[in-house]
Amino acid sequence: MTRWLVRRTLQAVVTFVVVTVLLFVLMRLTPGDPLERLAGDRQMSAEAVAALRHKFGIDQPITTQFTSFVAGALAGDLGVSIEHYPTKVSTLVLSRLPASLLLGGTVLLLTFGIGIALGVFQAVKRRSRADRWLTRASLTLYAMPSFWLGLVLAWFFGIRLQLLPVAQMHDPLLDPDASWLVRTGDVLRHLILPAVTLTAVSLAAVMRYQRTALLEVLRLDFVLAARARGIPERQVLWRHAWRNALFPVVGLLGLWLPMLVSGSVFVEQVFNWPGLGSLAADAVGARDYPVILGTAMLVSAQVLLGGLLADLAYYALDPRVRQA
Amino acid sequence: MTPLLEVEDLRITFPTRHGTSHPVDGVSFSVARGELLALVGESGCGKSLTSLALLRLVPPPGQIQPGSAIRLDGTDVLGLGPEELRSIRGRRIGMIFQDPMTSLNPVFTIADQIGESVRAHQKVSKRAARARALELLQEVGIPDPTQRLDVYPHQMSGGMRQRVMIAIALASEPEMLIADEPTTALDVTVQAQILELLDGLRAARGMAVLLITHDLGIVAGRADRVAVMYAGRLVEEAATAELFARPSHPYTKGLLASVPRITGAVTRLTPIAGTVPAPTAWPAGCRFHPRCPAALPRCATDDPPALPVGNAHRMRCWLAEAGRA
Ligand SMILES: Nc1ncnc2c1ncn2[C@@H]1O[C@H](COP(=O)(O)OP(=O)(O)O)[C@@H](O)[C@H]1O
Ligand SMILES: [Mg+2]
Repeated sequence: MTRWLVRRTLQAVVTFVVVTVLLFVLMRLTPGDPLERLAGDRQMSAEAVAALRHKFGIDQPITTQFTSFVAGALAGDLGVSIEHYPTKVSTLVLSRLPASLLLGGTVLLLTFGIGIALGVFQAVKRRSRADRWLTRASLTLYAMPSFWLGLVLAWFFGIRLQLLPVAQMHDPLLDPDASWLVRTGDVLRHLILPAVTLTAVSLAAVMRYQRTALLEVLRLDFVLAARARGIPERQVLWRHAWRNALFPVVGLLGLWLPMLVSGSVFVEQVFNWPGLGSLAADAVGARDYPVILGTAMLVSAQVLLGGLLADLAYYALDPRVRQA
Repeated sequence: MTPLLEVEDLRITFPTRHGTSHPVDGVSFSVARGELLALVGESGCGKSLTSLALLRLVPPPGQIQPGSAIRLDGTDVLGLGPEELRSIRGRRIGMIFQDPMTSLNPVFTIADQIGESVRAHQKVSKRAARARALELLQEVGIPDPTQRLDVYPHQMSGGMRQRVMIAIALASEPEMLIADEPTTALDVTVQAQILELLDGLRAARGMAVLLITHDLGIVAGRADRVAVMYAGRLVEEAATAELFARPSHPYTKGLLASVPRITGAVTRLTPIAGTVPAPTAWPAGCRFHPRCPAALPRCATDDPPALPVGNAHRMRCWLAEAGRA
């Protein structure tokens, strides 16, 4: 177990380093740089721009830039934002993290909670009318672009019905002395539309995974054997069948864990959600290298962590993996 | 005394793309208390479906047709609700299956799975269920039973797993055990051990057994009676000694001839020519006539009923009437 974990972790660390190098190189290969726009926009003198280039180190050879980046990163310093100079990248990222975690966590919880429940229901009622309609409905939602669905929901619930806020995470007019309860309620109201949008477009995947996996298990001999010895049907379904139909869903959860941090760039933009997704999108637009790199590194760390956690979950759930 | 189990005119149908399939098509038999009845027939003749029907476990969309009757100790099994059914499954009739490698849940320990079966029918604590699991493992002859309690199925051999399946089936002291080809998936030496174990348990508990097999070779000296099944029906039924002494149906004779026998250095094996027809289109007349070496002209058109050929010995064959059996 420990050896396996150490090996698996080392593997993740190496992958992370490789991905970071690739990110760094790829970013510099794309055309444009952070100061070009500045120069165009504000009609600065060529000398002033050159001075700025020198100040941010963009005039150095890429190898020098890379070594100084690595030296900084190893010391826990990801540099400062060019766009939001002189805010540190880590400060920017940390300030956006809570909003992303809230949205991503809510969406993962809803997607997997509802998706598993509906997928199990579909498998039990396979080929029924309800099963077919759930498949159609979920695939229809799945096919919708998230930003488009977000806009439609924002228009309907926010503008037409005036029921829910469509932007930001807090009501700017809220009394700053409002009680904890009122403030939480305010955040939750802001959370509803982006969370529903993201859940709606991702639900179908979990439902399909769960339905297929459970149908496969329900056909197996040990399910029949459990029924034949008089185990109550609810126990046959959840304890025997579902426990064995959980593995693909756990894999999917591992794959989607990065959503916790990155959210959805599109949906965060539509709802002006102050998360990392919109931070990254703005940073890309501004060629704000340090911020792009910082958020991308966070996401790739999440991807690797998700895979690691999924493997750990398999390990905990399946005695055959444990022995191997 | 009424038999423990009575099956009357059991018919099972499946809707298929090629019309309705009739894999079990009018099967009647009974099993007395403590009796071992062997149900024998080639693969695909409907043995497993028949046994599943006894516990109302025919897989959907299969259906037991109206007019069929299954009585356990006089109780109409086909009329029972879900809770009453549960009190028969495992409690009064235990069942073991062909493939012990797949019949146990891979993610639970042996103690968990035996204990669960104990607790499905008796209100006992987890600790008591575990103690009972240990007793059962001892009873089915698993070495080091204490060590085996917390082991997962994949850590055991096929023979050991089949013993665990038997332990699970015995957990609630059923009056009857259905064993559907319990040794088909096992090595020959292990086969003999499992059959011996079943013999011993049956004697010790006075439990009735329905032993399903395609191998007449394991029936002799073990079963009290034999029912031979072909194409969804019983074609011959007799006490074991009688059947082996006077096999009468041409299909039974064919089966006996195809049991591998070692005569000196020569192994004779005479399989029956042809294959089992599909249950969507049974042949008209006698279902065996296309493969029958002794078929009469009327066999192609007239379906023979069960006719007596001796003491408690019946078969579905016109030869019985012709007195030529
Ligand atoms: N789930 C099913 N769906 C459709 N047909 C089935 C199903 N199970 C069994 N059958 C049909 O019933 C026939 C008999 O099956 P089975 O009882 O398993 O035979 P046996 O146990 O004697 O080998 C098969 O040949 C098949 O055509
Ligand atoms: Mg079978």
